[in-house]
Amino acid sequence: MLFQDVAFWVIAVVAVAASVGVVVVRDLFRSALLLALVFVAVAGFFVLLSAEFLAVVQVLIYVGAISILFIFAVMLTQDVRRGNLPNRLQVPAVVLPVLLFAAMAFTILATDWPQIPPSQQGLANLVQTQSVSIVGPETLQQAGVSGAAQQQAVQTAGLADLLLGDFVLPFEMVSVLLLAALIGALALARGRQGA
Amino acid sequence: MSLDSMLIVAALLFCVGLYGALARSNVIAVLMSIELMFNGVNLTFVALARYVAPAGLQDNIAAVLTGQIFAVFVITVAAAEIALGLGIVFAMYRSNGTVDLTEAAQLRN
Repeated sequence: MLFQDVAFWVIAVVAVAASVGVVVVRDLFRSALLLALVFVAVAGFFVLLSAEFLAVVQVLIYVGAISILFIFAVMLTQDVRRGNLPNRLQVPAVVLPVLLFAAMAFTILATDWPQIPPSQQGLANLVQTQSVSIVGPETLQQAGVSGAAQQQAVQTAGLADLLLGDFVLPFEMVSVLLLAALIGALALARGRQGA
Repeated sequence: MSLDSMLIVAALLFCVGLYGALARSNVIAVLMSIELMFNGVNLTFVALARYVAPAGLQDNIAAVLTGQIFAVFVITVAAAEIALGLGIVFAMYRSNGTVDLTEAAQLRN
């Protein structure tokens, strides 16, 4: 437990400091590198929250792809020398996030969150930590889960099952969205030449 | 490490990103700030999925993964958004010669 606390605070300090750096640093290239650091820190949070699959996805997509895209964009637009200038909206741009953060912090601290009941805590942990693999009867027996709960959980194959089960419609819609984004990005990048 | 501290960190990420999106004048910096906000939201989803009992928990134990599913969708949509956004940035750079938002007054070229 102690290790988790130390890891949490280290990652939290790194994440918040790097995110402040992203929006404050004048050099856009450094800000892109700091953004990659924020992504890595968030992946660390996902590991702490026992969402290992999402941590891997975060590293693959955000650190591996989106950061590189940003660095390419910074290089290709050649505005590095002018840097990351602030615009004229400084006062509202500070006041609005501060007010929003105060409201969110108050709400977070004042809300009595419904915890997962202790009787289901073991099984919930199991489903979450094994979110990418099929939860078989043997694993469940090792976790001390039996009876009706076992019947339900055996049918659970974690994230994949949910994605292709309850969430199959959003899943298909996201596929169509990705196709549309692909075509749109191609059309934008192609420009007017030879149209 | 508790739910409250995790949510506070996520809210900080979101608010820093909001400040960046409002206060910067470079389009690429604004897109980066929006990515920060996406990450704050994702962190909130996963933290709530870890600690809070969802409504359908009694019927289906797999409901504890709903927050992670939402995070997967957010990551997908963010990837699509960033691909399109950078495409628009390049088109803007080609037609205007700058990526400064304060000088971008029109969408057509």
